Amino acid sequence: MMEAESDLIMEPESGANLTGAEILLKALAAENVELIFGYPGGAVLPLYDALLQSPLRHVLVRHEQAAAHAADGYARVSGKPGVCLATSGPGATNLVTGIANAYMDSVPLVVLTGQVPTTLLGTDSFQEVDITGITMPITKHSYLVKDVREIPRIVKEAFYIAGSGRPGPVVIDLPKDIQAATTVPEEASLNLKSYKVFGKGNAGQIIEAAKAISASKRPVLYAGGGVISSGADGALRELCRKTGLPVVTTLMGIGSLPHEHPHLLGMVGMHGTVTANYAVDDCDLLIAVGVRFDDRVTSGLGHRFATKAKVIHIDIDPAEIGKVVRAGIPIVGDARQILESILERVEAPEIEDWWRQIRLWQEDHPLNYSQTDLSPRLIMEKIGELAGETSIVATDVGQHQMWAAQFYPVRRSRHFITSSGLGAMGFGLPAAIGAQLAQPEGLVFLVVGDGGLQMTMQELATIVQYDLPVKIALLDNGVLGMVRQLQGVFCGERFSEIQLHANPDFLKIAEAYGILGMRVKTEAEVEGAVREAIEHRGPVLMDFLISADEWVWPMVPPGKAITEMLGR
Amino acid sequence: MLHTLAVLVENHPGVLTRVSGLFARRAYNIESLSVCQTEDPDISRMTIVVDGDDRVLEQVTKQLHKLVVVHKVVDLTSEAVVNRELALIRVKVNADSRSEILQTVDVFRGQVVDMGRSSVIVELTGDSEKIDAFVRTVRHHGLMELVRTGKIAILRSDN
Ligand SMILES: Cc1ncc(C[n+]2csc(CCOP(=O)(O)OP(=O)(O)O)c2C)c(N)n1
Ligand SMILES: [Mg+2]
Repeated sequence: MMEAESDLIMEPESGANLTGAEILLKALAAENVELIFGYPGGAVLPLYDALLQSPLRHVLVRHEQAAAHAADGYARVSGKPGVCLATSGPGATNLVTGIANAYMDSVPLVVLTGQVPTTLLGTDSFQEVDITGITMPITKHSYLVKDVREIPRIVKEAFYIAGSGRPGPVVIDLPKDIQAATTVPEEASLNLKSYKVFGKGNAGQIIEAAKAISASKRPVLYAGGGVISSGADGALRELCRKTGLPVVTTLMGIGSLPHEHPHLLGMVGMHGTVTANYAVDDCDLLIAVGVRFDDRVTSGLGHRFATKAKVIHIDIDPAEIGKVVRAGIPIVGDARQILESILERVEAPEIEDWWRQIRLWQEDHPLNYSQTDLSPRLIMEKIGELAGETSIVATDVGQHQMWAAQFYPVRRSRHFITSSGLGAMGFGLPAAIGAQLAQPEGLVFLVVGDGGLQMTMQELATIVQYDLPVKIALLDNGVLGMVRQLQGVFCGERFSEIQLHANPDFLKIAEAYGILGMRVKTEAEVEGAVREAIEHRGPVLMDFLISADEWVWPMVPPGKAITEMLGR
Repeated sequence: MLHTLAVLVENHPGVLTRVSGLFARRAYNIESLSVCQTEDPDISRMTIVVDGDDRVLEQVTKQLHKLVVVHKVVDLTSEAVVNRELALIRVKVNADSRSEILQTVDVFRGQVVDMGRSSVIVELTGDSEKIDAFVRTVRHHGLMELVRTGKIAILRSDN
């Protein structure tokens, strides 16, 4: 529909001259882009001018970091590349955290930056930074456009690279004179001679994997973000049904199986469940799908991880295979296609004894409720129960993030949005904005801490301006809780600079933006507040006053094997 | 262990930064790197000598392949290859040492390309070991300046 509109408005008579800015916006529309998150400035004047005539919807954030995070949240929920736009210099550098975040979590983004005119490049001119240089280590690829005629091809390539294979961010840096230059745009085609995308996976290896699964006695499937980004969650459920495999997930893999699924043992790693960690440690076959053996999972001890197991490693990025853990059966390709092929050949292994062992661990080591007046677990469970199966939850980074990961009953893939690899505080609110715009009718909850909220709190204006009914659950403990917890464990409770003494009155903040605010102090009040928040048609900020002494358990101290958990 | 990689890349500005940046941020050690356009003007060839075990090499190769600008990576280490390096070496001379130095240059099949009152410039090509050996031999005369290109390598013709 967008394309049809854009044709009406922008299709030039053949042979007409267009500016670089117009060509760019047309090329975005051709990639089915509907939304751009951005912030204007001098070096993107031609682009913002052309935007007035374009059907593309622009969302004006309040800080460029939020444009990148919102595009990221949008991409995670929709599965389409997110697009953000900023001016040169400080606009571009403000995007950097968001780009790094998308890179670490393999999220497809196309990042557009203004640049000084080509005539001034390299002269330290006003608001000039080498953004392709700065972002080189945190992008999948980048372009500095030097000729207006290259724009259609570059945009086409950028979307292809961002969205294919292992997804990631691509930067297109657009000098101002290139945006203003005119040409008659020509049909573009990809010119990527050596860029390769892996698909089906090696047939022989798939047979080996199916055999190994069928013959295993103590298998565990370890599911990560790749399961979600490849759309392999259906195949995973089917595999569980057919083989009875137990499954653990990474933080990125949450939602690949529904929270209540009987085969799901929970999250693995630093704040994973005891059962998930024991199962991985004791398994004889580890089927790793779309994961990278991150040190938050392995404690940085690849050589002490799943030592009794043969490893099947399925990933679309060949460089991930063998990077941390040697794989007995490596399979490079698309997780969904590979799981579907394995499904055709696999037989159910005999693992009743293994399940008996697993059930014993689960009985002995349940995740516990805390003993304070307002338990974070109860808050997460109540919201999950009332918000229902289709609710999306976005989180920030800290203790509240881990409670959301452990206790929010996420039932679907692409419904749990969190900054995993980078762990970037400030991600939550803008990501919730992107999520809500990707699912305008959906119910989006943000779980955020009082520290992280204040890193991108200015975006409350964005949710109001665009009428986004995001429900904010602020777990307000008055401290940088996760760091306080680390200091508690590793620094003998010598707490250093974690007290947020001058927190504002968050209800007044909400009120100042025209957002409904509520304060919740006891467990008895939780249900009423959450119900009211859901019924209210606009955005809501619920200020849950929780104790600073709530800790996230269990916890594997960095450098310890995953069976050496504290607080089990 | 030292490995020699031939890396075919697009001949664009910024490509060298992408490749060298990859080595730097993943903490791989480059021993030497030489680069120039190939018979195809759109393609440059880098010869990179990198230090690391097989596991490092595997990662280096895979990570290089992920760069959109990299077309091909070949590990020439265990292949039959011709290796060459070019060195220009300024050595101190005086009346007493002159003939001995010239003789050494001869033995190494080098060439004197410039001669001044107190120094000579020697041009030497060969594998890296040969250049190392020459440098060791003339060092006591006074090694004033040394420029080396780094290794370049090419597969031998099949016979
Ligand atoms: C940008 C950024 N700076 C610092 C950190 C380190 N850090 C991790 S969690 C955390 C505390 C978060 O506090 P808050 O948002 O209040 O959440 P809580 O842990 O209290 O739930 C900090 C400072 C980070 N992850 N990101
Ligand atoms: Mg806090």
